[in-house]
Amino acid sequence: MSSPSREQWGSRAGFLFAAIGSAIGLGNIWRFPAVAYENGGGAFLLPYLVALLTAGIPLLVLEYSIGHRFRKSPPAAFRKLSRPAEAIGWWQVAICFVVAAYYAVIIAWAVRYVGYSFGEQWGGDANAFFFGDFLQAAETPGVMSSYVDGVLWPLIAVWVVVLVILALGIRNGIEKANKFFIPLLVLFFVVLVGRALTLDGAGKGLDGLFRPDWSALGDGSVWVAAYGQIFFSLSIGFGIMITYASYLKKRSDLTGTAMVAGFANSAFEILAGIGVFATLGFMAAAQGVGVNEVASSGIGLAFVAFPTVISQMPMGALFGALFFASLVIAGLTSLISIVQVVIAAVQDRTGMRRVPAVLSVGGAVALVSILVFPTDSGIYLLDAADHFINQYGIVLAALASLVLVGWLLRRLPAFQKHANDVSTMRVGRWWLVCLGIVTPLVLGWMMVDSLRAEFAENYEGYSTEFLLWAGWGVAAAALLVGVVLSLVPWRSADSEAAEEAGTAAGAKAGPDSAVKAGSGSDAPEGGKN
Amino acid sequence: MSTSAIIMLIVAIVIVWGGLVGAIVHLRRHPERPEDDAAPAQPAA
Repeated sequence: MSSPSREQWGSRAGFLFAAIGSAIGLGNIWRFPAVAYENGGGAFLLPYLVALLTAGIPLLVLEYSIGHRFRKSPPAAFRKLSRPAEAIGWWQVAICFVVAAYYAVIIAWAVRYVGYSFGEQWGGDANAFFFGDFLQAAETPGVMSSYVDGVLWPLIAVWVVVLVILALGIRNGIEKANKFFIPLLVLFFVVLVGRALTLDGAGKGLDGLFRPDWSALGDGSVWVAAYGQIFFSLSIGFGIMITYASYLKKRSDLTGTAMVAGFANSAFEILAGIGVFATLGFMAAAQGVGVNEVASSGIGLAFVAFPTVISQMPMGALFGALFFASLVIAGLTSLISIVQVVIAAVQDRTGMRRVPAVLSVGGAVALVSILVFPTDSGIYLLDAADHFINQYGIVLAALASLVLVGWLLRRLPAFQKHANDVSTMRVGRWWLVCLGIVTPLVLGWMMVDSLRAEFAENYEGYSTEFLLWAGWGVAAAALLVGVVLSLVPWRSADSEAAEEAGTAAGAKAGPDSAVKAGSGSDAPEGGKN
Repeated sequence: MSTSAIIMLIVAIVIVWGGLVGAIVHLRRHPERPEDDAAPAQPAA
């Protein structure tokens, strides 16, 4: 039985904007173009689309179904599936805590760079400016020893904005913010791409991105890269979509909205790829080098390559301000969704109202973020935490949840039925194959691949000691916190389960009985056209 | 731009943006029915 006071999205469009806002993040802008470029260019489109259709959208449908079915955040939803599975839910909450803490810092950098763009304050050496003048990064990674005011203040501002939006609630905060931010982000990017396409050398950049290297399709790592990109880009695997879907109305078209969200995310990635590579083509032409010499990704692309290009182009200040404002918007809408997972989990667990939950839980995430990252070691801590929590948090938790739901509990057919009961687009046997076989195998392969790289050489050449606590330690702590929190007695959930067991008395226990528990009569029939 | 790059650029836009338009059109053809939440739900089969 779901709480009668549970918040709800104001409209389907509101949910969609929020889901798209969550999916479109920094990775769409700074990860996809480079991944596509390095993995066959135009030919990458094929594995990318296969990954979208066989892993991305099916996983979205599954997460929507879990959240919508149980109307709970990940810990409570997994608990309803199986008592020990609650640990996966808390693990995802802990992962969200870590990711939110460092993700906010990147947004804070982008906020500062909107201002820097007008004066092109990085001067002639954007790299030295970013790591030296701006971040005041220590020579080597280690324990932080000084604060960096230039990062601290915008970071506090980012957290104030995020917590205010979250405090306003699902409908008045998250939904309204996304309905404003997402169209604005698309507008900004259309203007950016329009400008980028008129730059000298834009064609050279686009040729680099889209010229197909068909031989890449025979390389397994290219296919893994495609699945990895889809996986990381869609905000799947860490409980966000379960949480957002838990606020949907009873009759919600889960598969239809998953198709729109999945394709919208990819559509934006293609747009970002065109914008980024047209710009890099201009940079290559201006420097008289090949596109391969300027292609980069991540922090290096955004905070070193782009400032360099901005300084070289006419009206670069406006271009820069639009680019960094886009990063801020894309990041903010994702950060809101990540923090919401933590808040919703604590609300479900304690029955706390939204504002106190936002202030205490959101405040705790903000505090960690503000204490740890605007420091001289912040960039290293962020880099290590990001790498390890992605590989051994998000991917591993997603793999664990698929193995549990698909292989151990065998509940995929029950969620297939749930999705089909409420949606206009049916998912068939292929959905079971994708989630039961294809996706777990690919995620497993990604895990092995990444472990092999980890043991071949230290990530980024950092010291083993640093990686042990800032990388492995953070990922292991998230798992440990998940397990420990799942062991804490949960009286309200136990009494709720007992109540459900009472109402469901007499119902036959079947393979999907856990999914039916608590559903009672709200699975409508004949909802399909 | 080479011909093959132009073709792949067009193919990417047509498939991905076309997929988005198709998904939106499908969803719009099946609008939400607000009465479903207000009315008592039917029992599952």
